[in-house]
Amino acid sequence: MITVTVDGRDVEVAEGTTVLEAAKKLGINIPTLCHDDRLKPYGACRLCVVEIAGMRKPVTSCTTPATDNMIVKTQSERLYRLRRTAVELLLSDHPNDCMTCIGTGDCRLQELAYQYGIRENRFAGEMRDHHRIDKNPFVVRQQNKCVMCGLCVRVCEEVQGVGAIGFAERGFEAKVIPPFGKDLDCEFCGQCVSVCPTGALSGAIWAGKARMEGVEKTDTTCTYCGCGCNLTLSSNGDQVIRVTSDANNHNRGWLCVKGRFGFDFINSPERLTRPMIRREKGGTLERVSWDEALDFVAERFTKIKKESGADAIGGLCSARCTNEENYIFQKMMRAAIGTNNIDHCARY
Amino acid sequence: MAGLAAKFGSGAMTNSVKEIAENDALFVIGSNTTENHPIIGLRMKEAVANGARLIVADPRKIPLVKHATLWLRHRPGTDAVLLNSIMNVILAEGLEDKAFIDSRTEGYEEFVKSLETFTPEYGEEKTGVPAEDIKKAARIYAEAKNAGIYYAMGITQHVMGTNNVNAVGNLAMLTGNVGKRAAGVNPLRGQNNVQGACDMGGLPNVYPGYQNVEDPAVKEKFEKAWNTELPAKAGLKATEMTGAMIDGTLKGLYVFGENPALSDPNTSHSVKAFKNLEFLVVQDIFMTETAALADVVLPGVSFAEKDGTFTSSERRVQRVRKAVNPPGQAQSDLDIINQIYQRIDGGNKDDVLDPAMVFDEVASLWPAIAGINYERIEKCGIQWPCPDEKHPGTEFLFAESFNRKDGKALFTPVPFVASDELPDKEYPYVLTTGRELFHYHTGTMTRRSSGLNAIAPEAFVEVNPADAEILGVADGQKLTVSSRRGQIKVKAKVSNIVPQNVVFIPFHYREAAANLLTSDAMDPVCKIMEAKVCAVRLEK
Repeated sequence: MITVTVDGRDVEVAEGTTVLEAAKKLGINIPTLCHDDRLKPYGACRLCVVEIAGMRKPVTSCTTPATDNMIVKTQSERLYRLRRTAVELLLSDHPNDCMTCIGTGDCRLQELAYQYGIRENRFAGEMRDHHRIDKNPFVVRQQNKCVMCGLCVRVCEEVQGVGAIGFAERGFEAKVIPPFGKDLDCEFCGQCVSVCPTGALSGAIWAGKARMEGVEKTDTTCTYCGCGCNLTLSSNGDQVIRVTSDANNHNRGWLCVKGRFGFDFINSPERLTRPMIRREKGGTLERVSWDEALDFVAERFTKIKKESGADAIGGLCSARCTNEENYIFQKMMRAAIGTNNIDHCARY
Repeated sequence: MAGLAAKFGSGAMTNSVKEIAENDALFVIGSNTTENHPIIGLRMKEAVANGARLIVADPRKIPLVKHATLWLRHRPGTDAVLLNSIMNVILAEGLEDKAFIDSRTEGYEEFVKSLETFTPEYGEEKTGVPAEDIKKAARIYAEAKNAGIYYAMGITQHVMGTNNVNAVGNLAMLTGNVGKRAAGVNPLRGQNNVQGACDMGGLPNVYPGYQNVEDPAVKEKFEKAWNTELPAKAGLKATEMTGAMIDGTLKGLYVFGENPALSDPNTSHSVKAFKNLEFLVVQDIFMTETAALADVVLPGVSFAEKDGTFTSSERRVQRVRKAVNPPGQAQSDLDIINQIYQRIDGGNKDDVLDPAMVFDEVASLWPAIAGINYERIEKCGIQWPCPDEKHPGTEFLFAESFNRKDGKALFTPVPFVASDELPDKEYPYVLTTGRELFHYHTGTMTRRSSGLNAIAPEAFVEVNPADAEILGVADGQKLTVSSRRGQIKVKAKVSNIVPQNVVFIPFHYREAAANLLTSDAMDPVCKIMEAKVCAVRLEK
């Protein structure tokens, strides 16, 4: 273990810990834009600069390993100016259309612009072009809102192991694109969308739906495979409008294409909304009241039980439904109907 | 399940998902993990990035192969032979864990004898995997400090599915790779709550918590708890129910949240069975293929409209919470079931059931979750076993002993068994089925999700380029695929993903239902159907 002093306070950390992590351990917040604890340090945005005793120039805290007895300063007039200038440069060719941007309220750049009070821009001038092909149904790219933090490129490579996007060109022309500037052709996990700090990447099915007003968030568990990823459903009224996942979850905030973008079945117009019965074989299904439907079910099962015994009835429960429902279902089959004929399709 | 339960005393993932990243070696067999369990797949890639060695055994060149140290492309249906010949090498080279075998297992001598004929050369002959690669796999797996095995339906959906699972368990026991951190035998659960549905007693032979219905003491315990008399005999397994419907002994069926009319192998047979029922009730959120056959259709709710818990593949009991109101008159599944319960005989008097109280009732009947309640899992789920409220839950199983009478794991000799239906002159290709990344099961949900259906709108059959040339079919052209049970028309996807003589069709699509072709031959023990191997003919 080594000891580091950050803003006059000592903290003990393991060797190899970065200055940013050491500060975080003390609850000291250093602004970042291109950093994510789940990815390798990168040092692109220059916002996390700090002053270290004995070093001539400020250094990026995310890429600088702490050393024993290091003395770090995270706040100063000079650092404030450097950070403010970094944000100003990022904003100099940013559309600043927050009013209509899908990222509003969930945008690191917007927050930083607000924190540093940047209203005018000394570097205003040429804006980047915005050429893209987005025919895919999941990810929308607004290239001119990209701040080149590289989070999307890195998550795709480091976490997803796909490498569907990369940097192209240099300087002002630099951009993040799929090979040859074509449309995305990948697993569409949306990990890139989830780490994007601006509105540059968003979900296609989020478009036009509420951003903040009237949005409620509910933590739950994914309904697809057995990974059991934790989700947060954003809803507006009775419509689920977005699915996200917190980085502190056991799935570390990572989701797949089904979990992240496969939720509009919930509000499908094809959902069953009324109980229905078929009064006789070959007849059609007609809508009835709940009472009639439930009475009908109970009567028919009771009749079969009386005539042919409880074992002439069976039940299939569900690997997609909850524990509580499955418990009550098997309890009813065993205790009320009186049979152990109960199973489900995924029992192996 | 049946296999693992007999060997270790319970059937579930022995280890946790996060431990995957700590594996020194991973053996993935019969699991297309990155497409079917994408987030577990991420941990596998992380392990490889950390320096772990990855063995992938799969007839198809699945995406995980890209990350593998060694890929074993065995013939469909030869998993157990492959595993046996790997174990033969481990013994021949003295790589077994003698201390573990002595102290924690039984049945070893007989098992060793059973492996004698499974030389790597014999393995090569049966599986098509070069003997040298079988030896390499044995060394990679057995020499690792911590080795984990991961498998799914590719192992189980065979007539010898139970054998395959036994072979997987044997391999872990032989090398001492079970009962410790970052190793183990890990069946990956294909649906959000397979683990929970089994845990809750959604099985014909056990009450909640795998308590045997035929054990008089257990029966008495539940009779007391539920205040009623209970049946003494185990019930019919799902696959046996189909037969009972056809012969008319099963007259009434209540299907809750399943779509067997599309997911069952040899679908035409099961549809015939459903039609033969006197009375069919289906409770679901969409008019599924099964609901369309029902006498009563009850509109339940989706996961976003209900409170409750799911138990993930790693035995983690987690909260599900209501985010939105259900559409129309659809109502909570728990309440629907309970209202039928009330009408037939008793049931809870409340019309609206509190899921938290239902959970507490289960916890009072199954000691392994006695320490779990909604308050404790408010923020983060807990992995069972969790016997009391102070217990943090269990990351990996069997650290001290196995859940069998004497605490020891059982070696099981696994003989060679061929698939039920092998290719012949009339049906020269092997058909294997599975899922693709963009869809889930019968597509009830994913095909109604705009993006997913847009990117994967139709079924396909993967055909090796060499076979495509013989058939004279180009990518995208239609092929007629027929088996002894049915016929479908589907687009050819010419691809090296499948080897020659093997074709693959995903089973999500009702308009080209792969399960019209698949076989309903069953494993004699657990009665799973052989969805992974059958013989088909391809015609332009």
